[in-house]
Amino acid sequence: MSALVVSPVVIPLVTMLIGVVLRPYHQQVKVVSVIGAIALVLVGLRLVGLAADDVVLSAQLGGWQAPYGITVVIDRLSAAMVAITGIIGLATVMYGLVRESNPDVLRNFHVFVHGLLAGVCGAFITADVFNLYVWFEVLLIGSFALIALGGGRRRLAGTMTYLVLNLLATLVFLLSAGLVYSSTGTLNMGELGLIFRAGEAPPAATMAVVLMLLSFAIKAALFPVFGWLPASYHVAWTPVSALFAGLLTKVGVYAMIRLVTLMWPEYGYVHEVLLWVACATMLVGVLGAAAQNEIRRILSFHIVSQVGYMILGLALASPLAIAGAVFYLIHHIVVKANLFFIGGIAARMTGSERLAAMGGLYAKAPWLAILFAIPALSLAGIPPLSGFWAKFVLVKASLADGFWWAAGVALLTGIFTLLSMSKIWNETFLKAHPKGEQAIHDDGNLRWGWWAVSGLAALTVLIGLGAGPVMEYAVAAAGQLAAPTTYFDAVTHPGGR
Amino acid sequence: MEWLAALTAGGLAGIGMWLLLDRNLIRVVLGVAILGNAINLGVLTSGRFSGSEAAFVTATSVPPDPANPLPQALVLTAIVIGFGLFAFALAVLKSVRESHGITTTDRVTEVTEQEAPDDEEVGLQVHQDDADRHHDYEEVKR
Repeated sequence: MSALVVSPVVIPLVTMLIGVVLRPYHQQVKVVSVIGAIALVLVGLRLVGLAADDVVLSAQLGGWQAPYGITVVIDRLSAAMVAITGIIGLATVMYGLVRESNPDVLRNFHVFVHGLLAGVCGAFITADVFNLYVWFEVLLIGSFALIALGGGRRRLAGTMTYLVLNLLATLVFLLSAGLVYSSTGTLNMGELGLIFRAGEAPPAATMAVVLMLLSFAIKAALFPVFGWLPASYHVAWTPVSALFAGLLTKVGVYAMIRLVTLMWPEYGYVHEVLLWVACATMLVGVLGAAAQNEIRRILSFHIVSQVGYMILGLALASPLAIAGAVFYLIHHIVVKANLFFIGGIAARMTGSERLAAMGGLYAKAPWLAILFAIPALSLAGIPPLSGFWAKFVLVKASLADGFWWAAGVALLTGIFTLLSMSKIWNETFLKAHPKGEQAIHDDGNLRWGWWAVSGLAALTVLIGLGAGPVMEYAVAAAGQLAAPTTYFDAVTHPGGR
Repeated sequence: MEWLAALTAGGLAGIGMWLLLDRNLIRVVLGVAILGNAINLGVLTSGRFSGSEAAFVTATSVPPDPANPLPQALVLTAIVIGFGLFAFALAVLKSVRESHGITTTDRVTEVTEQEAPDDEEVGLQVHQDDADRHHDYEEVKR
């Protein structure tokens, strides 16, 4: 069983190492990369299957018992995140199968993607604060290499911004981890949760955790520390920015959900601050998007605004709201990555990603138009797609707690999102191409990319139509977050019960 | 001892932040490195400097006054990671400065805000390659 617990980390790491060894044989690297990604999806689905039966897996690494060893816990939320990470990883790797002329770039692409996936999965399953820091660094190293792939002036300048601000966030995290240790004497999340829930946390520990939340807020791109995201995501190569858009900010959101629910299960002052931050994030993000004229820059600002919804669910702290946040997380990762992929395909076909220089795709590639419409409408929250249910639950939870203004902001943001999406729709699909129809070229090079995009769109529809079971899963996940017995048992019953 | 380390860490963090806020990219990257070292020192101090001996515990003996080994292990990890990232940051800095002539943070913002070049995928030379192949094909036909 413990092999299954660590496999979300081991599979991408092994895939990455094989990729490094096989560097000269780029066809083989591609095969290994796809096999590794499929294996991660299968493990993720197996974990979700176990979690749905209320099995919570846990292990003490290296044979040291908590709180001295590193605890790994896979509950419903972790399992769902691992599965979704695998799916996005597979889609990214498939898009990366594009026929290449500069093989070095693409070969390293597969290696780095799996390095990043290992970091992301590690962050999702660990139950130790310092170990979380290490996984953040692993995914960061992968992301630095990926965002710089291909080079060029604009891309390297964006890398510089991304690099410095993310390093700063990680340093803040390291500092807060040190302060948490110095004030409580432990880094085990379960033990920290017990200390905080018993009200025994010294003021210094509370401050240290708040500092940690600040570093997660930078990672998650919350207002007012979101500036690095729209300044860097649009410069990377398409599958790289889709991978980042899907997963990276969501690791920050996940870490916030994990720590806040563990330490402060009841609504308190931290939640109040988060509530304001969430509303500001939603509005600023969506308004920022309105001012942009390039497809990926619009979508980047929408990442910021959508993260606000998840934090809104976390801030409300009621079981329904937390369930809504979990549902939103699952829905959003799929939809957002897919929009970036489709934006990339559209930019490739029309030869530009400036809205003014795009157009004519509705006539030339109706399938792409339909594939765009599904995630775009889902993002805006049109029934019966997944985004509708996610927003519906969050608005319902806000109204139930009397936060009608938060519900109002959420709905208003939805309208603005729809406006933004219709702007892309009009400019990219409906309008005629400024250089005439012959300027649109379908090179057939992205065969695998089309499969990835179609699969993600199908998943969006599936989550929308099967919202019942997914929501049940999310509600049970919220229940586990409110009463994380496995986390506490690891400390209070070392060696198992 | 802790107060001295705390003051040093605070001073270094101040210098690091000051450099980070500079316009010059070299100073920004150095600022990250110094801030990182300040925080490493802070993490080491968080374990207190109570013990005087290395905490080598064997099956038969425990040193009478062991130092706290955990922060040492943490900081060792952080130093290694920090070193790797600093090296990468320097590589990006070199490329940005020397190949592309960008030396200030203002210029970085300016360049990233530029309009996307058409045929963005040219970054990977895919289109270029298609064009070359087409050219070769034409050659052969002739």
